[in-house]
Amino acid sequence: MESQVSKPASASHDFLMEKRGNRRALKDLLAKIGVTVGGIMVFVALLLIFFYLLYVIKPVFDAAKVTPLSSIPVVADSKTLMVGTDEQNEIIYRASEQGSVDFYRIANTSKQTMQLPIPAGAKVVSSAASVPNQQLFALGLDNGQALLAGVNFSVSYPDNKRLITPGLRYPMGEPLIAVAEDGAPLQQLVFAYSSSKVSFAYRGNQQQWFLTRLDGEQNMLTEETEWQHHSKLLPNTPALVEHQLLTPDQRQLMLQSGNKVFIYDISDIDDVSLMQVLDLERNKAKVSNISLLAGASSLLVSYNTGVVAQYFQVAGEHGRLYQFIREFKGLGNIEVLASEYYRKSFATVSEDGRLELLYTTSERELFSKKFDLTKPVAMGFSPRANALVVLADDKLQLLGVSNAHPEVSWSALWNKVWYEGYPEPQYVWQSTSGSDDFEAKLSLMPLAFGTIKAAFYAMIFAVPLAIAGAIYTAYFMSAKVRSLVKPTIEIMEALPTVILGFLAGLWLAPLIEDHLPGLLILLILLPVTILLTAFIWSKLPVRIKLLLPETYQELLLIPVICFFGWLSFAISPSIELWLFHGDTRQFITNTLGMSFDQRNALVVGIAMGFAVIPTIFSIAEDAIFSVPRHLSNGSLALGATRWQTLTRVVLLTASPGIFSAVMMGLGRAVGETMIVLMATGNTAIMDWSIFQGMRTLAANIAVEMPESAIGSSHYRVLFLAAFVLFVFTFFFNTIAEVVRQRLRERYSSL
Amino acid sequence: MGKWFKSGAPWIWMTGGAVSISLIAVLGLLLLIAWRGLSYFWPATIYQWQMQDENGKPYTLIGEIHDREQVPTERLVAAGHHFAANPGEFVNRFLVKTGNREFVSLDFRWILQTDIVSRSAPVGVAMIERSQNGNFYGYPVAIVEAGQRLPAQGDIADTLQQYIQRAVGLNKQAEQLQKQDIGSVNYDLERLRLKGRKYELDNALTAERQAELAQQRQQLQQKYQVLEKQLFSLREQAGRDAVIVKDMRGQEVTLPLDTVLDVSYVNGMGFWQKLTTWCVRIGHFVSDDPREANTEGGVFPAIFGTVFMVLLMAIIVTPFGVIAAIYLHEYARKGILTKIIRIAVINLAGVPSIVYGVFGLGFFVYMVGGSIDKLFYPEALPSPTFGSPGVIWSALTLAILTLPVVIVSTEEGLSRIPSAIRQGSLALGATKAETLWRIVIPMASPAIMTGLILAVARAAGEVAPLMLVGVVKLAPNLPVDMNFPFVHLERKFMHLGFHIYDVGFQSPNVEAARPLVYATSFLLVTVIVALNLTAISVRNHLREKYRSLEN
Repeated sequence: MESQVSKPASASHDFLMEKRGNRRALKDLLAKIGVTVGGIMVFVALLLIFFYLLYVIKPVFDAAKVTPLSSIPVVADSKTLMVGTDEQNEIIYRASEQGSVDFYRIANTSKQTMQLPIPAGAKVVSSAASVPNQQLFALGLDNGQALLAGVNFSVSYPDNKRLITPGLRYPMGEPLIAVAEDGAPLQQLVFAYSSSKVSFAYRGNQQQWFLTRLDGEQNMLTEETEWQHHSKLLPNTPALVEHQLLTPDQRQLMLQSGNKVFIYDISDIDDVSLMQVLDLERNKAKVSNISLLAGASSLLVSYNTGVVAQYFQVAGEHGRLYQFIREFKGLGNIEVLASEYYRKSFATVSEDGRLELLYTTSERELFSKKFDLTKPVAMGFSPRANALVVLADDKLQLLGVSNAHPEVSWSALWNKVWYEGYPEPQYVWQSTSGSDDFEAKLSLMPLAFGTIKAAFYAMIFAVPLAIAGAIYTAYFMSAKVRSLVKPTIEIMEALPTVILGFLAGLWLAPLIEDHLPGLLILLILLPVTILLTAFIWSKLPVRIKLLLPETYQELLLIPVICFFGWLSFAISPSIELWLFHGDTRQFITNTLGMSFDQRNALVVGIAMGFAVIPTIFSIAEDAIFSVPRHLSNGSLALGATRWQTLTRVVLLTASPGIFSAVMMGLGRAVGETMIVLMATGNTAIMDWSIFQGMRTLAANIAVEMPESAIGSSHYRVLFLAAFVLFVFTFFFNTIAEVVRQRLRERYSSL
Repeated sequence: MGKWFKSGAPWIWMTGGAVSISLIAVLGLLLLIAWRGLSYFWPATIYQWQMQDENGKPYTLIGEIHDREQVPTERLVAAGHHFAANPGEFVNRFLVKTGNREFVSLDFRWILQTDIVSRSAPVGVAMIERSQNGNFYGYPVAIVEAGQRLPAQGDIADTLQQYIQRAVGLNKQAEQLQKQDIGSVNYDLERLRLKGRKYELDNALTAERQAELAQQRQQLQQKYQVLEKQLFSLREQAGRDAVIVKDMRGQEVTLPLDTVLDVSYVNGMGFWQKLTTWCVRIGHFVSDDPREANTEGGVFPAIFGTVFMVLLMAIIVTPFGVIAAIYLHEYARKGILTKIIRIAVINLAGVPSIVYGVFGLGFFVYMVGGSIDKLFYPEALPSPTFGSPGVIWSALTLAILTLPVVIVSTEEGLSRIPSAIRQGSLALGATKAETLWRIVIPMASPAIMTGLILAVARAAGEVAPLMLVGVVKLAPNLPVDMNFPFVHLERKFMHLGFHIYDVGFQSPNVEAARPLVYATSFLLVTVIVALNLTAISVRNHLREKYRSLEN
C-alpha cells in the first residue's frame, strides 16, 4: 500500500498554534496518541495469543525442581524399614525394622515414638513394607506370627486450625496375626493387603517358601471381619533368595535370586505355579535390588552398574510374560530407589548422594543433582508426590519436589511409546479412562495423522474442482454469468461449518453408505457425460446452437449433470444387487477385508471439500483473472488455441496464485473443527483407509477441552495441540500470502 | 474427432463441468436445507394403516410418513423376514411417526409395503401436540371436566378447542408467575445470601446486620409462599380437565389437558388452512422455548443468545478494528515492520477458530475471569461468577477472532481513498485528526460497514470456539432479564449453531429431532446469507455514494 499522506509542514503548525488553533493542535495530538496507542494495543493483543499459548505449554517441558526443605537429625537404634510423610508434609515418619515408628513434626522437630506390641519372648526376624500408597508394614516374628500395622494421620480442626495427629492403625483389626501354623519363624517376610484379602509369603525353617492367604468375610451382624486361613508350600523355589516382592493385587510373587527372578502365579491359592523365570542378565551387571512401580504392573530392577531396567508383562505366544522394556543408565551406584504413589515416576539416590528423578514411560530424566545425601538408607515419596524424604547420613531430610508433568516429553508426544499392557510400542491417544490406576497416553501422533488424513481427502476432492472451476470462471466465462457465479460459490464460504457437518453426518453419511456403487458410477459417468455432451454439442448444426445464447452455453451442463447424478444414484441399488449381492458394506468388510465406518474419511473428504472449495476457488480465480490481458491476447494472435494459451501462458503466469490458493485451502482444512467432529466417529486410529474415520487435533480439542482440569498435563497438551495448529496454519498462510503479494507486484510490473 | 480433441475444447468443457458441479452443490445444499427445514412445519397428512404382520396378525397404525426408501428383498430375507408372495427385487419401506410415546415402545417404526393391507386418511383423526412425550395421534372421543365425563354432543372438536385454550392460558399464567415473579424472589434470596457472606468475609457481620438480613429473608420467603400458593392453584386449575382419545390400539386413553398444547385435525384442512397452520407453527418455532431436551418446541433462547452475543461482539470489535486499521494505514511508518504486521493480521484470519477458543478459555475465562472473581466476587467462591464460561467471554473471543476481518476490510477501504482528497483537506488547513474524522472515515465507512457485517456473519456461524467459552445446551435464564442489573454478562447462553450440533448429535431421539435441526439450520443459513448479501449491497450502495469523490 502506497504512502499517501505527507506530513503537514511545520509552518502550518505554527499557524495552528496561534489563537484558537491551540485546541485543534491539542486534539490532533491526542488523536495521534490515541490511535497509535490503540493500534499498538490491538496488535499486542493479537501477539498475546501466541505468547499465552506458549506460556501455558512451557511448564510441560520444564525439568523438575528439587529443593531441600528441612533436615532432622536421627539417632537410629535399629535399621530403618521405611520413611514417609503425611499428605501435607507436616510430619515425617520413620518405621524401624524392630517395630518402632518415630514421628517428627517438621515445624518444631518434636519427636513422638510409638512401638508395635511385640509379644514377650518373641523376636523380630524379618520385616516388609507395602506399596507406598498403602503406608503399611509388617514384622515377621520367630514364633510364626506377624504384626501388620500402618501409619495413620487424622486431621482435625480445633480453633479453625488444621491439626494433624499421627498414629498407628491395624488394618486387620488385631495387630498380631498367626501366619505359620507350625510356629516356624517368618523369615524374609513379604505381604500384600486388601480389605478382603491378605497374603503373606515367607521362608520357613528350611529353604522352603510358604504362602499364607487370609480371606476376609464380613459378619453381617457384628460387622467384624472373619479371616479364613489358607497356607501352601511353594513349588520350585530357588535356593538363595535375595529379594522378594508380592504384587498388591496378590496375583504374583517374585523371588529374586542372583540374576533370576522366579515369578509365581498365586491368584489361586490352591493352584500356585511357577509362571516364569525371568533372566535379568544385562551386560553382566549384578542385580542390586528389585521393586515395583506405581500401579504395580512394572518391575524395576536396579543393577550395580548404575542402570535401572523396567520389565512388565507383555502378551505373547506363551501368554503374558515379563519382558525387558527400557532402561535408564548412568545413575551411579544406586543405594535406594523409591517410586511414587500413583504416577510412574521413581527416584534413586546413589552412594555419593546424587538424586535422580525419572519417569518411565516418557523416558525422561527429570532431575539430577548431587545433594548432601551420602550413605542413603531409605527414601519415600510424599502422598502428593511434592516431597521426598531421604534418610541419609543419620539425618531425615525433606526435599520439596515440583514435578507437575513428568509424563509428557517431546519423544512421548511424537514417538512410539511402550505402555504397560501393550504388546509393542505404539502411538496412542487415550487421555482419560474410568479406572484410577490409569496412565494417560498422550501421543499427538494419531491426532496429527487424523488431521492430515482429513485434510488430504478434502484436498483430493476440492483442489481439482476448485481450480478447474476457477479456470473456467476466470478465463472462459462471459462477464455476465461470472458476476453471478462467483458470488454464489463464494457464499459457500460463509456457510456455517456446523451445518455442513450436520448434513455430512446425518444426511450424506447414510446416503453414501446406501449408495456406494452409485458414487462409484458417478465418478466414472460424470467425466464421460461431460465429454459426450461436449462432443454432441460440437457436432450439432449451428442453427440449434444459436437457440441458446452463447453467454449461457456453460449452463447447459447443469441439467445434464443433475440428470446423470440422479441416474447413478437411482440405479445404484440394482448395481449393488448385481455386483455385491445387495449389500456393498458386507462386501467391503467380508470380501475386501476392510472395516467400514458409516462416518468415514470419504464423507469428511466430501463435506470438508465443500468447505474448502470456495476458499481455493476465490483466490485462484482472482489470480487467473488478473493475468494481464495483453499476454493472452498476444498468444492468441500468434495462432495458439484458447486452450494452448491457457495452459502455456495464463496458468503459468498465475501458478503462484494458484499455489497460494491451495495453501490457504489446506490451512482451512487442517483447522476445521465442526465438520470433522460431526462427520467422523472421532476414534484416534492411524489408518489411511477411506472407509474409516479419524480424530483430528481440532476435533479432539473441542471434545476434551471442556473436561480437562486446569493446569493438568492433559490441559497443557491440548494447548500444545492448539499451538501446533496455530503454527501450522500460520506457516502455510504466510507462505501463501507472501507468494500472493509477490505475484501482485509482478503483475503490476507486466 | 482427433482434431476436436486437439483444439482443447473437451478440456474447456471439463472445466465448465467443474463450475457446474460446484454450482449444483451450492444451490442444491441451500435448497435441501430450505426444503427440509420448511416442510417440517407443513401439516402432514395423518394416515391410518390396516396392517398384517408376517404371521398374519392384523393391527392398525396411525401416524405420519416420515421417510421412505427401497430395500433389496435379498437383504430383508437375509435378515430373517418371510414374504408370503415374492415381492420382486425391491420392497418399499416407510418410516412412520406414530407418536404416543408412553404407550408404544417405539414412536418411529419402519413398515414394509408388503405388510400394508389398506391405507386411509380419516378426517376425524387428530394430532395432539403435548408438552411431554411428544405428539399423540388418535380420535378424540369425549371431554372430562373435573373428573366428570361430559356427554358427547355431536362434534367435540370446537368444545375441545375451547377447553384446550383455557388450559393453555392457565399454563401460560403459571409459567409467567414461575419464571418472573418466583424467579426474581429466588434471585433476591441468592443475593441476600451473598450479601451475608460478604459481610462475613469482611468481618462486618454484626448482629444488627444479621437481623436485618434475616428479616429481609423472611419477607422474601413470605412472598414466595404466597406466590407458590398461586402457582399451585393455577396448575391445579389447568389440570382440571382431560380429554379421552381413542388411539391406534383401539383403547381409550385419558390425556390431562394441562400437558396438551394444541389439537389439529390435519386431514380435514384445506390448503389455506394448512398454510395458516404452517405460518403459525413457524411463528411458534422462532418464539417458543425448547421442550423435551430440545427435541421439540422452539428455538427462541438460541436466537436471542446468538443475536445478543453477536451484538456484544460487534460493539467490542468495531472500535478496536477500526483504530488498528487507521493506525496501520495512516499513522504507522511504512516499512518492513508494518508489512509484517499486515501479513500477520491477514494470516490470523486463517488461524483455526478452535485455537481462539482455547485461548479464550485459558486467558479470558480462567485467567481474567478467575481474577475478577477473586477481586470482586469473593463471596460467591468457590462457585465461579465470571470465572466460568459466559456470554461476555464468548463475545470477546469472537471479537479477537473477527478482528482481522474488520482490520483488513477497513484498511482496504482506507487505501481506496485517493491521497489527493487527504492532501486537499490538509492544504485547506485541517489538521490530520480533522481530515481523518471529517473526510477519511466517512469515505471509508462502506468498507468499515462491510467488515463489520462480514465479522457478524462469521461470528454467527462459529460454533467450535463457543463450545469452550460459553455455550450450553440449555440455559435456564436469558442473559437479559428483569432482575437487577438486567444484563447478566457472566451467564451462559444458547446458540443456534450449537443447538444444531447438540440436537443433531447429542439428543437421545435423533430421528425425532432431525426435522427440527433442518429447520434450525435453515434459520441460521437464512440469517447468515442475508447478512452477507447485506454486506455486499451496503458496500455497493455506499461505494456509489462516494464514487463521485473517488474520481
